[in-house]
Amino acid sequence: MSVSVRVDHVSMMFNMSSEKVDSIKEYLIRVLKHKISVQPFWALQDISFELEKGDALGVVGLNGSGKSTLLKLISGILKPTSGTVETYGSIAPLIELGAGFDPELSARENIFLNGAVLGYSREYMAQHYDEILKFAELEDFADIAIKNFSSGMTARLGFAIATMNVPDILILDEILSVGDYKFQEKSFARMETLIHSGATMLFVSHSTSQIEKLCTKALWLDKGHVRMYGPAQEVCQAYEGAWE
Amino acid sequence: MFAWLWLRVTNLVEAFRKYGNLLRELVVRDIKVRYRKSILGLVWTVLNPLLMMCVITVVFSTIFKQNIPNFPIYYLSGSLIFSFNSEATSNAMHSILSNCSLIKKVYLPKYLFPIACVLSSLVNLAFSLIAMVIVMILTQAPFYPTLLLLPIPIFYTFIFAVGLGMLLAALTVFFRDIAHFYGVFILAWTYFTPIFYPVEILPQAALTLMKFNPMYHYVSYMRNLILYGQVPGVLENLACIVVSLIMLAIGLAVFYRRQDRFVLYI
Repeated sequence: MSVSVRVDHVSMMFNMSSEKVDSIKEYLIRVLKHKISVQPFWALQDISFELEKGDALGVVGLNGSGKSTLLKLISGILKPTSGTVETYGSIAPLIELGAGFDPELSARENIFLNGAVLGYSREYMAQHYDEILKFAELEDFADIAIKNFSSGMTARLGFAIATMNVPDILILDEILSVGDYKFQEKSFARMETLIHSGATMLFVSHSTSQIEKLCTKALWLDKGHVRMYGPAQEVCQAYEGAWE
Repeated sequence: MFAWLWLRVTNLVEAFRKYGNLLRELVVRDIKVRYRKSILGLVWTVLNPLLMMCVITVVFSTIFKQNIPNFPIYYLSGSLIFSFNSEATSNAMHSILSNCSLIKKVYLPKYLFPIACVLSSLVNLAFSLIAMVIVMILTQAPFYPTLLLLPIPIFYTFIFAVGLGMLLAALTVFFRDIAHFYGVFILAWTYFTPIFYPVEILPQAALTLMKFNPMYHYVSYMRNLILYGQVPGVLENLACIVVSLIMLAIGLAVFYRRQDRFVLYI
């Protein structure tokens, strides 16, 4: 099997004090006072793992344990402070559904815009346009501006666009909890098809039952450190056991 | 060295093939959103410079008594290229901040956003040129064959605006003050560029200083082609090219050095 994602001794540091300096006046005052202090916050420390093609990795951990930061590093949104991230193949990052939707534009226009964000050509989107609307169950709302949609409708549309094609690597941040019960089952089924067709998947969820069903491996993050890495079921059971 | 350069170039071509479609969608979105809900829509791009010209012409031909032959064309030829630059760079300046939801959620080459802004202003400029042609017909101004060379100064200004836009976009992420200051700067720049006055009325000292105003060179280039039917010489072209390329180089250098840190500040 070929390697699809390689994360090698990755650490990510955020500078908490620099967040606040965003005007020249404040910056100069701080320079004069010698107060450009660095207040490091290590969101992730020394993370290493490897995924092969077709693997599905579930990431578990409490809030603030670095799960989303890890996904952002792999999708290239953030650059690691140290260590390297290598990915092979096309990536569909679903850090948030419908990222880049323009509220003023209609569903139709947003399908083409979001498709372009994910790197698809206009012709390709035109071919799959009907299929996307049908999956999102929004055929009657194609020409309505997104700003008038409910959050569930927006999320359904985002999910339909992002999972229309089989990417080499699919990154999902807690998105299986969108929509009503019916849509959740439908999106769960689509995820299973994607995994069976050979996509490598990284998946953050608070639901260990979803991870046990979908994933082969799991990674337990605790305050930025790897607490456990191994087969999905073992890790999930240990994770649940820790709070009992 | 050559291998490294070749790799960079092929990377760039690859990126453009992959993201060319997104660039087009961003430009289309920009234009669509701007004119959504307005009845006249795109007609405003033609109407706006026309109305502006009427106001300026009335003000300057009755109150200030300028003796410039065919003042409406004199004004339009300068103001169109100037507003292209000021609109493109002001929008590009905000482009990284206003697309933060996208930049935080999806990996995209960040230079796409300022470039998309400059491109949509370029589309605007193309429409505004229609306004100028209308005025030329109405005032029975001569149509010189040099009009066909208009893409040259527009291209120079485009490169300049891309450079300045990228510089402003990158700096504004770290210092929001720049956004507040730039409006005033543009106003001063408008008055320090001979848009509604002839450059000859300036004192000698100001004239020397004027040579360092890039917009002065682009505006005179436009006027030479439109009003006087002259093609600027090699020296003037060289000056325009050098200024554009220097601005582009500064913009690219600052933008590329800072772009990985954008996401931490927006």
